[in-house]
Amino acid sequence: MGKHYFADKDIQVILGTLLRVGVIASMLVVFIGGVIYLSGYSREIIDYSVFNPSKTKYSSILAIFQGLSVLDGKAIIQSGTLLLIFTPVTRVVFSIFGFLIERDYLYVLIGVFVLCVILISLSNKLVG
Amino acid sequence: MSVLLFTIIVLAGAFLAGLVGSLTGLGGGVIIIPLLTLVLGVDIHYAIGASIVSVIATSSGSAAAYVKEGITNIRIGMFLEIATTISAVIGAVITVYINPSYIAVIFGCILLFSAAMMVRKKVDHSDDRTTGVLANFFKLNGSYPTAGGTVKYGVHNVVGGFVMMFVAGIISGLLGIGSGALKVVAMDNIMRLPFKVSTTTSNFMMGVTAAASAIVYLHRGQIDPGIAMPVTLGVLTGATVGSKLLVKTNTDKLKVIFAVVVTFLALQMIYNGLAGKL
Repeated sequence: MGKHYFADKDIQVILGTLLRVGVIASMLVVFIGGVIYLSGYSREIIDYSVFNPSKTKYSSILAIFQGLSVLDGKAIIQSGTLLLIFTPVTRVVFSIFGFLIERDYLYVLIGVFVLCVILISLSNKLVG
Repeated sequence: MSVLLFTIIVLAGAFLAGLVGSLTGLGGGVIIIPLLTLVLGVDIHYAIGASIVSVIATSSGSAAAYVKEGITNIRIGMFLEIATTISAVIGAVITVYINPSYIAVIFGCILLFSAAMMVRKKVDHSDDRTTGVLANFFKLNGSYPTAGGTVKYGVHNVVGGFVMMFVAGIISGLLGIGSGALKVVAMDNIMRLPFKVSTTTSNFMMGVTAAASAIVYLHRGQIDPGIAMPVTLGVLTGATVGSKLLVKTNTDKLKVIFAVVVTFLALQMIYNGLAGKL
């Protein structure tokens, strides 16, 4: 049991650091994007009273990357949001490796399953 | 409303939501969604998209601290995420097919329930006596460090907890919240985990659950950068300040005051939903 415990402990420290780095990095990106967005649009009038899916320009990962290449503030904010969304996903990936090192194959399988569910959510087809 | 004014109001509201949320244990979405819909007239679908992003931010932010302490049970988290991720995606997919008025009413009911759970006296059911076959098979039983040494605990009623987590995931995906109150029911009352373990583990899980539905929202255009930006920045700075204050603050009174506020917001949401105003 002793060895098992230490391996678990190491993984926990790595996971903790990973989560922290992911959050700080994404906050920085969102902040930079926010400053650029506000410097360009701050006086504009906005209206969010009706949900209109076609109004949001950056609703796919591809579109966000295209917007990034022209340094659009909104695209930078969205890429920060993406970074935030993928932080816990990376956590799942790291846990899978951790369980692999511990030779806990049942949990490798469970981790892969959870990851697959998230990957399925990446499909555009889920959005009607 | 101008972009600048909107950003400032949301930033301040989100900061407050993060601050009070981390002091009382209630998620930021509970305040963010009423603020955006009731006060600023934002469509509930945008509010849901912004709220889920704040859930991921607070979950990852606080989980980072907890995981290192070794209280979080990573196996229980991973095991229950099977239920929460599947149901969160289902919830996120069906949101647009449900009348926004009904969503407001469901949200109001969950708010009422969360407020009640927050002020209720907690009874620790945990023990380390014999556990079920499933808990042993999935190696869910664990131990955690306390001031008085390592405490062992056993996990009970795995099937019941799993089903309850499925419900929590649906609600989370449907409303864009962490549904922490429902997870507490699953972990504290049904699976009989110690408080510290269930709180930190459910917090740890929330990020993964929310990520699954957030991607669906993103594709649908529900995550608008103009709203998500002040919400994310505000909630996270608020939560950071709150966790620093937590050590010195007596939160019992605060919880009662906050429960009253949340109840008021809940009734507003339900009223507006029934009147078809949202």
